[in-house]
Amino acid sequence: MMPLSQKLAFALLLAGGPAWASELPGHQLPPSANGNLVVGLCDGETSIEVKGVKPGDPLTRQQGQEIADTLMKAWREKHPDAEWVVAEAEPPAPAQMPGVKAPAENQFQTYGAYTERDQQVWKESTDRLVAEGKRIFHDAKALGGTNAVSCDMCHPDGSNTHPETYPKFQVQLGRVVLLRDMINWCIENPVRGKPFPDDDPRLKALEAYILAQRKGVALEYGKH
Amino acid sequence: MGHKSVETKYYQERTSFFEDLTRMGQLSRRGFMHIAGISAGIAAAKGLIVPQSFQLIEIAEAADATTPAFTVAYVSDTHLYTRNVNDRFVRSAVKAVEDVNALDPQPDFVLFGGDLAQLGRREELDLGAQILKDLKAPVKMMVGEHDWFLDMGAHWQELFGPPQYSFDHKGIHFVTLMSVNEKDFWTARNMTPEERMQTVAGLDNGVQSRFEVGPDGRTWLQNDLAKVDKATPVVIFSHSPLYKYYRNWNFWTDDADEVQSILSKFDQVSVIHGHTHQLLLNRIGNISFYGLLSTAWPWPYAPEGLPKLTVQMNRADPFNAFDGCGDGQLNVLASGMIDKIYNLWNRNPVTVRASYLSSGGAQDRPSATTLSSY
Repeated sequence: MMPLSQKLAFALLLAGGPAWASELPGHQLPPSANGNLVVGLCDGETSIEVKGVKPGDPLTRQQGQEIADTLMKAWREKHPDAEWVVAEAEPPAPAQMPGVKAPAENQFQTYGAYTERDQQVWKESTDRLVAEGKRIFHDAKALGGTNAVSCDMCHPDGSNTHPETYPKFQVQLGRVVLLRDMINWCIENPVRGKPFPDDDPRLKALEAYILAQRKGVALEYGKH
Repeated sequence: MGHKSVETKYYQERTSFFEDLTRMGQLSRRGFMHIAGISAGIAAAKGLIVPQSFQLIEIAEAADATTPAFTVAYVSDTHLYTRNVNDRFVRSAVKAVEDVNALDPQPDFVLFGGDLAQLGRREELDLGAQILKDLKAPVKMMVGEHDWFLDMGAHWQELFGPPQYSFDHKGIHFVTLMSVNEKDFWTARNMTPEERMQTVAGLDNGVQSRFEVGPDGRTWLQNDLAKVDKATPVVIFSHSPLYKYYRNWNFWTDDADEVQSILSKFDQVSVIHGHTHQLLLNRIGNISFYGLLSTAWPWPYAPEGLPKLTVQMNRADPFNAFDGCGDGQLNVLASGMIDKIYNLWNRNPVTVRASYLSSGGAQDRPSATTLSSY
């Protein structure tokens, strides 16, 4: 890892670079008479010399902690009235988050620690995709059709699209197909448009709408 | 192959005809004649050659309550865009007209079941009128919501006259209802006529109102039927089903109960309705309901509310643009009841006997589907 003083020196070099760089506040570290490592605090003023350590020498974790503590102590002496909150030292208890049941202490993890508000946001995002699919499903132009036929004319509420039966062998196509293959088949034939590429957002939205209409129906791939 | 005389051909046709019937295992003379009439209808609907001189004589001999007294053909739900927008629907409509023109003998008249146009445009209705002019038999027009909600029926009525009328034909009282009225949902939403039409044209939106005959229509119907004897068979043509099937898709008539109550005083009532694009059967009280096929596209059965007596048609082959579509016939029996032939394109026709519905499903059940809805 690059020693801090070198980083700063590098930053200072930038002073001769682009005009915007000269406007940035710089932290001029006092050089060590003994050639020791000098470390600056992010306030741009405080710095300490680490005795017995030359720039480029490896530091132990303990040495690093001592440097940080010393710098922090110096800063607090300069700012005795500053209100200092120790972050991370006491993470908020999960029970404080609205809508989340406190998990057993020994099983707590951030994954799965979502709130009711999270769920609302996620549902809205999902419903937005479904609504976009519904719009396209009902709009011959959005489907890229050329004969004013839209999906809903034969499939009101997405009926008779049976997404739960895919993948299955589609005899008329002579191969195993997914729902999206049949969507594209319909777009190409009754709707007389151009099939959507597999990653087309319109195809994704149509899939979302069709699947949403069959909520609760048991998956039964391969069913005829 | 030597030369076959006209007589030889005639006898060969007759022999093969009866062999086919014998295979169908019919026993009694009455049952036999009944099947003969239906077979002729099927053969005619499929455009097959029928030994018709022979056929006509036998039907005349066997005239009783279950013999077709006359035939009405139907074409419905063509949903025409102009030709430059969508030629497929135009070809389908023309195909149906050709089917009907190929019927021999010709039907007494042809019912058009509504939704001639897709978006109610003048050009679409004009195109439809032009296509229907090719029908050889007289046409009785019914209006659908797709014909109506752009200009609230102005151009349709210019072309075809009032949407509600009645007539008597061979002892049967026919009534055509305007059953796709909707309460005003557009003014409050500041909709243009095009937006109103587009909304009504969609099935799965909750924006539009439900169909109804409406108070004026019901009063008209009541007055019209006041002078008809209760023993007279009544046949109602209606675009919406005149019962409550599935509200979310407007497979629905909001004042169905009131209309049914008006019809309940008659001994025999048949309702022939469009709109649902599927083989659809129902029986409520004394009323038999038959849905019509569309020429443009079939609709899946609704997820709930399907009448118990409906024998589903096989689900449509998506790879065949005409599958699940078609036209058909009503064989009006001497009794005034109706044997209905669903002439599904690319499939064998399905005949629904009047007795199937009048017996509440106990008799003459059509064969069940092998490919039910998902």
